[in-house]
Amino acid sequence: MALAGGVALAALLPVAYLAIRAGGGGWSAVADTLFLERTARLLARSLGLAAAVSGASAVIGVALAWLTVRCDLPGRRVWRVLVALPLAVPSYVAAFAFVSNVPDLAGFVPTFVVLTLLSYPYVFLPVAAVLEHVDPALEDAARSLGDGPLTAFRRVTLRQIRPAAATGSLLVCLYVLSDFGAVSILRFDSFTRVIYQSYQSSFDRRPAAILGCLLLVFTLGILVAEARTRGRARYYGGSRGARRQPSPVGLGRWRWPALAAPVVIVGLALAAPLGTALRWLAESVQASVDLGRIGRAGGATVVASGLGAAVTALGAVPVGLLAARSRSRLAGIIERSAFVGHALPGIVVALSLVFFTVRFMNPLYQRLPVLIFAYGVLFLPLAVSSVYGSALQAPPALDEVARSLGKRPIEVFRTITAPLIAPGVGAGAALVFLTCLKELPATLLLGPTGFETLATRVWSATQAGAYGDAALPALLLVAAGVLPTWALTRRGRTTAT
Amino acid sequence: MRRRLAGVALPLLLLAATLVACSDGADLTLYSGRAEFQVKPILEQFEKATGLKVSARYGASAELAAQIAEEGSGSRADVFWAQDAGALGSVDKLGLFGPVPQDVVSVVDRKYRAPADNWTGVSGRARVVVYDPRKVPAAELPASVFDLTQPKWKGRIAIAPTNGSFQSFVTAMLIAEGEPRTRSWLQGIKANDPRNYPSNDLIVKAANDGQVDLGLVNHYYLFQLQSEIGREKTVARNHYTAGTDPGALVNVAGVGILKSSKKQADAARFVEYLLSEPAQRHFAEVNFEYPLRPGVPTAAGLPPLQAGQGPPINLGDLADLDHTLDLLRSTGLL
Repeated sequence: MALAGGVALAALLPVAYLAIRAGGGGWSAVADTLFLERTARLLARSLGLAAAVSGASAVIGVALAWLTVRCDLPGRRVWRVLVALPLAVPSYVAAFAFVSNVPDLAGFVPTFVVLTLLSYPYVFLPVAAVLEHVDPALEDAARSLGDGPLTAFRRVTLRQIRPAAATGSLLVCLYVLSDFGAVSILRFDSFTRVIYQSYQSSFDRRPAAILGCLLLVFTLGILVAEARTRGRARYYGGSRGARRQPSPVGLGRWRWPALAAPVVIVGLALAAPLGTALRWLAESVQASVDLGRIGRAGGATVVASGLGAAVTALGAVPVGLLAARSRSRLAGIIERSAFVGHALPGIVVALSLVFFTVRFMNPLYQRLPVLIFAYGVLFLPLAVSSVYGSALQAPPALDEVARSLGKRPIEVFRTITAPLIAPGVGAGAALVFLTCLKELPATLLLGPTGFETLATRVWSATQAGAYGDAALPALLLVAAGVLPTWALTRRGRTTAT
Repeated sequence: MRRRLAGVALPLLLLAATLVACSDGADLTLYSGRAEFQVKPILEQFEKATGLKVSARYGASAELAAQIAEEGSGSRADVFWAQDAGALGSVDKLGLFGPVPQDVVSVVDRKYRAPADNWTGVSGRARVVVYDPRKVPAAELPASVFDLTQPKWKGRIAIAPTNGSFQSFVTAMLIAEGEPRTRSWLQGIKANDPRNYPSNDLIVKAANDGQVDLGLVNHYYLFQLQSEIGREKTVARNHYTAGTDPGALVNVAGVGILKSSKKQADAARFVEYLLSEPAQRHFAEVNFEYPLRPGVPTAAGLPPLQAGQGPPINLGDLADLDHTLDLLRSTGLL
């Protein structure tokens, strides 16, 4: 509990910053910023976009997870890795690639499409992890009672994956609220765009902070609403014997047509932006490919993202466990606090850490640990939701039995709980890793001076208008995501046998 | 197996992390809102000429300005090199810049530096109309951006409303011509159904590819396109509107020295180098920008800056974009 509380407090630092910045000059300015008709309209637009993208991502994420984990889809192991990778594509890269091919692309529909293509893996990864570990005995029971495979899926499996799908959609929703890349390039007037614009226009940090606070209030509303829908269902099996390897669902004559789903989605989300970048590379006569430098940036990216993933996943363990096991109000508050950083625009979180480190941890400012910490604040919910999902699957009775047999809590954790939640921790770490790969605002502001990642290379190439130069780092960015996703699917197989 | 993997991977990551973190030891720290390809060669020349080592941190000008503001007197930056005068003006407003020594800035025209010399421009860029000569004959070219609201330009204009230089240009119009005229110009442009692009360079590309007839951009994107795809494939041309037309605004990229810097003398040397002949030649020849040191020639094909070119405004005032954004929004352009 204390551990979880500490993690939550760290995650709330940006909130403290926003309060300091927003409150610094009397309430009339706050009112002026808040009670603009435009503010209300933009908030409504942002929430609408977030809802639409979350819904579509839930459908796509669950469908792809089912197809690639439970069905005899041709090449499903490869697809399982590929369909997770769009998460590593920065939204501004995808949006830019689309607009450069189709100028005038703007507004709700293109923004919706781009964001959905990039964020459904938030649902796909945790749902696939749960599907991998759900006891097929439950589904078998339903089948033996006369349900067809689809009905059994709907009545049994869908219920098992519901918590994972719901938290995944929540992550999508928060991510969409915080995204700036796609909305700015596709000119969808959203709330985050106004926050960024107020940094860029008046150079006054106050209105941006006030708007950030408002975004926060709505995030809390969404979090509370989501918590209500969770209900009190239990998801772990009763007494669990040896688990049988589930037999894949035969798609029959739909086996090959079903392939269209991952092909189209991966094509649009991965192949289209990367292909566009490669075309630029081919067209450009002066593209300068500095392999050594890109290699170093690749190394730095993997180190920073790897540390970010490890630290974040570790921090998520106490929070996720607490949320799954305790029904107390405080546990709920602690878990929800972890989600706040994800809904705030990256620039806000980054500036808040600039503010605190310069004042209170000056020697660490612009050193790697602070950047890793920033990744943690930004992406903690990705790992928490994953840990939470797998902790729900683990029957607490096992811990209780072990405790009653005289094991110390730390030993119980090591021998019983940890192996049970390991898939969730792994999935969470992978999600965080994929998301860290592309992180930009915090990396630019908080990374050591001269520190380069693949994402900053992509950014500086597009900033220079040398789009061809962005191709290689962008490709590597996606390639770096292959290993963790592949490891995840491998692990799923070995524990299942 | 898993534990053993973690046991090896974590220490390795930590080791790598300390290696990454230990690459410091610079004499000067530069926060650069300019792109690396524009800055790096100059830094290398400066390091060679002076033996001082500069470490640069790149970002967008506005975000770096916000970062400097957040750092306050604890800033790590010695020098801030911004893409536009507005970002410099905002840091200056917070009182975080100290004056650049007189003997360093005096080569620059007063018009292109801060009133109290707390920052100075180092290279200039002009707003131009890029056009496709296959669609727009020379006789038809507008004498002023105000002509672009005529109905004959309907569906033929490209703009980049989200881009900082477009917004600076509208701000300049607002300061020089007043709100009523700016508002009616924006309404006129809106009525002409402009095509919206995410960046200047894509407008120039589109004009070159025959997708738009003309667009409002900075002058150097055409030259960049030329060196990117070759001179013979570059059909589009720049048109310079006349005199004090807001369409002829000259904005600058410039530098300021942080008051909190403990390396004032070296910082001043750096600014001095940026204004020196070799650096100014580099800006002119490689970036196709306007040199701000008198006597340094512009790139081939680029007409030199005129004495009274652009609207008569104080460039630092371009910092206040609020009013501009309100106007752009209320006219439906943003």
